[in-house]
Amino acid sequence: MAARTLINVPPKAKRGEVIQIKTLISHIMETGFRHDNVGKPIPRDIITSFVCTYNGETIFEASLYQAIAANPFITFHTVATESGTLAFKWTGDNGFVQEASAKITVG
Amino acid sequence: MDEPLATRRTVLAAIGGAGLALAVRPAQATPETMKSAIRQVVGEAAVKPGRIKLDLPPLVENGNTVAMAVTVDSPMTANDHVKAIHVFTEKNPQPNVISAKLGPRAGKAEIQTRVRLADTETVVAICEMSDGSFWSNTVDVIITLGACLEDPI
Amino acid sequence: MRPRARLAVAIAALAAAALPSSGAEIPLNERRSAYEDMSRDNKSMQDDDTSNPGMLAVLDGEALWSAPAGASGKSCADCHGDAKASMKGVAARYPAFNDNANRPVNLEQRINLSQEQDQKAPTFAYESKEMLALTAYVAMQSRGEPIAPPADPRLQLFIEKGRAAFNQRQGQLNLSCAQCHDDNWGKHLAGNTVPQAHPTGYPIYRLEWQSLGSLQRRLRNCMIGLRAEPYAYGAPEYVDMEVYLMWRARGMTLETPAVRP
Repeated sequence: MAARTLINVPPKAKRGEVIQIKTLISHIMETGFRHDNVGKPIPRDIITSFVCTYNGETIFEASLYQAIAANPFITFHTVATESGTLAFKWTGDNGFVQEASAKITVG
Repeated sequence: MDEPLATRRTVLAAIGGAGLALAVRPAQATPETMKSAIRQVVGEAAVKPGRIKLDLPPLVENGNTVAMAVTVDSPMTANDHVKAIHVFTEKNPQPNVISAKLGPRAGKAEIQTRVRLADTETVVAICEMSDGSFWSNTVDVIITLGACLEDPI
Repeated sequence: MRPRARLAVAIAALAAAALPSSGAEIPLNERRSAYEDMSRDNKSMQDDDTSNPGMLAVLDGEALWSAPAGASGKSCADCHGDAKASMKGVAARYPAFNDNANRPVNLEQRINLSQEQDQKAPTFAYESKEMLALTAYVAMQSRGEPIAPPADPRLQLFIEKGRAAFNQRQGQLNLSCAQCHDDNWGKHLAGNTVPQAHPTGYPIYRLEWQSLGSLQRRLRNCMIGLRAEPYAYGAPEYVDMEVYLMWRARGMTLETPAVRP
């Protein structure tokens, strides 16, 4: 089942402008340090990596660890160079993969 | 009632939050494991205090979700920019928090996220610059209810 | 829709007719949402729709709203149209008396009744992803509205039941809700500020849960905290408490989806 994502990219920007991109994704980020109600350890299940590309070129990447809170919220900046597509990809434990994208018009 | 003892114990432990010693605690990171995690990233290079700013509230209502911003004052040009930002904690079960790769395309070296803090502890942010230098900053945070160590009900 | 003036007079009449309580209730103009006690960062988390984790559930709820369900093949939208219009004010006046059930039902139960009877679809369990998504989506349409329990004389009995439960000592700690939330709000317990406990933003994204949860989940946490045996989800005792809590918070602004520590 797809993880819900919430992306905030300004739809328009001036060439050379530095813009902030905000991303939010639904994910439990189970640390692997918790136990259930009969003492059995709950296995780790986290997002381990997040990559953003801008018209195919990587502009930001991050390795995430258990210390990132559930429903990871990540913001970063990039220079608005040209119109096109910002693509986001999250990967994690148990083969987790989620992609999203947003368009930007740069003039 | 036929519940296993562990259930009642973990439920009681889950209630109290700060102070109840009944919870089974997994291995904690120590200042040593944090130092070695930092060394894995930094190698033998010297890490100087400065240039990187770590924004965390000094007193936190709930360690499960703490807003964090890391900023480095840098022109972010091809010749002078931040290559990476790394964050570590001293007392979480494991020391790494996030490692982010930046570059001149970032325009501004600032990332925000939300982190888990298990206990009152020191958080360390380190940035790697394009000239190979490393800079750091630390913040001490007081947690009134820790993350990671409380079991779900 | 009743004209506001008539509603206000009816609520005032209900309030005047209410039995005096055992403890001192918080004066109406001293009531405050737990939002006021949050840190600057947590307030920002709630205020910014692009970063509020509850919005993920709202988006899921928006998708569910238009999804055909059950044997009927109907979606919520097929009967209720645009939720922004049809659901405005609804969460602010629930729990409400339901003729079929012959007692008040909360929003979760009302949604399930619609699913069962109108959509011929299976119901959603409390705290399921779908139920939280739908209640978040529906309740968000009342964001900014004043909490307005219906001026329905049939609710009075249940307001009293809820009030009695609120003032009843319980659990191994032998405390009542009122002793903390009416008598000692604003003081500190284990480093946290004791709130007045108004349901101004449910379902809330609680940092403690790292997920969205219903008012009943929160009430269960409280009961476990008092070391009392919690009722099962959906118990009438909880709905009675919800009726009372919403009456106690009448006039306060709904903030769904709220963030709380």
